[in-house]
Amino acid sequence: MVGSIVAIGMGLAVIGAGLGIGWIGAKAMESIARQPEAVGDIRSNMILMAAFIEGAALIAILLSFLVAG
Amino acid sequence: MIRLAAIFSLMICVAFSMYAQHNHDGHDHSGHDHSTQDHSGHDHSAHASKTEAHGDEHGGCGHHAAFDVAETAMHHISDANVYSIGPLQIPLPIMLKSDDGWELGMSSKFHPDLLGHGDGHLGHNRYVLHGGIVKRIADASFPMGEFDVEGFMHSEEKIGGKKKDVTYVCTGDAMHKLEQKSTFDGGLFGGGMSSYKDFSLTKNVTSMLIVCLFLFWIFRRAAKAYKKQDGEAPKGLQGMLETFVLFIRDEVAIPFLGHNWEKYFTFLLSIFFFILGLNLFGQIPFFGGSNVTGNLAVTMVLALLTFLITNFSGNAHYWKHLLVAPGVPFIVKLIIIPVELMGLFIKPLTLMLRLFANITAGHIVMVVFIGFIFIFGKSGESLVGAGGAAVGSTLLTMFMMAIELIVALVQAFVFTILTASYIGAATEEAH
Repeated sequence: MVGSIVAIGMGLAVIGAGLGIGWIGAKAMESIARQPEAVGDIRSNMILMAAFIEGAALIAILLSFLVAG
Repeated sequence: MIRLAAIFSLMICVAFSMYAQHNHDGHDHSGHDHSTQDHSGHDHSAHASKTEAHGDEHGGCGHHAAFDVAETAMHHISDANVYSIGPLQIPLPIMLKSDDGWELGMSSKFHPDLLGHGDGHLGHNRYVLHGGIVKRIADASFPMGEFDVEGFMHSEEKIGGKKKDVTYVCTGDAMHKLEQKSTFDGGLFGGGMSSYKDFSLTKNVTSMLIVCLFLFWIFRRAAKAYKKQDGEAPKGLQGMLETFVLFIRDEVAIPFLGHNWEKYFTFLLSIFFFILGLNLFGQIPFFGGSNVTGNLAVTMVLALLTFLITNFSGNAHYWKHLLVAPGVPFIVKLIIIPVELMGLFIKPLTLMLRLFANITAGHIVMVVFIGFIFIFGKSGESLVGAGGAAVGSTLLTMFMMAIELIVALVQAFVFTILTASYIGAATEEAH
């Protein structure tokens, strides 16, 4: 029982992170299309922001692992 | 591309067939009970009848457990006391410290098969080798000295209200429980500690040394090339390294660190190439598949280095904003200062977890895809299922490996860029 709740929790964490990273990717594409000359800056900032969101999702996944312990 | 896939799938099939063949030939000398036992189609009927002949469902060391993909994955991502190249088990030095003194030597003293899973046939001073990992019999009254090991058995038991995997070792006369692994909290929150400490030169340490020596060698070569052809265009290996170094300088160091980028540039480059080298080294098929950057201890040390360098190079401006938060209303200060202090530790924590989780997830996915062969082959009963799954899982694994190559680069880059941004935030001058 605990195992399946943990699986749901992990799924929710991934949905959140997926939405966030997808949003960042979409916006980055949009801004690259508007200003192709700023592609370098946009790309590294995009990866940085995606990494932050990933961090939050990883903490959620780790906590669900700990609950399952 | 298709030819490459065909060659690769043929290699996997041949490797696993040989692997399984060997296990069947050498099966009688000890009833391994190991879930990672790989079965593929060959002479399976003989094997199936042998398993049934054992009869009993639980207990007994001759019992073969069904293929458990999760356990196999956990086994493959963990550290080991043997270095496995394909089915070949190369012994590594062991150094174990317990209350009874030091246990030194090579892991070959437990007499594992040269080709197999690294289950030792001989125990020594309560230590046994199981799945390439040294474990110890929990019973403290077990006599010292050598003893014969007949096999291992897994079972699930409830310890302290939680289900845990317990492994038993069968010696000539009885079954003995093996110690549980030490928990990550070091026994602080009720987790158990094992009675020995493992200082061995394990698979991960060996891979780390190999990668470090390799990096040293290629950088020496590049440095010599720069000396020899000063002022000329770089070529070969030197050109490849220069691309990476310039990328880190122009995209990471200068934008984030500003004018004092040179001070931290060596650290950034070291951390980038160390992580990249180990990520890529772990991707080489059949070559240990060591999961070094997917090991929490390794990423913890890397994150700790970033933490220490960030905070030791933090200037007065950084500490003032962290601890006093000037210009902020008092009520908001009550919220913002604890959050900032928590952030101080959450930053390296996420740094540690991100690298660990990404690399470990990659390795697990790969093992699970290969595990499809055994799931669809029903542990060897269905040759057609195994064959079909072998083709499918080879394609899936190749696809995952292509993604993992990108992940290896991106994670090395992300670790470096985040380190640079943390150091940059700590050393920024007031404006």
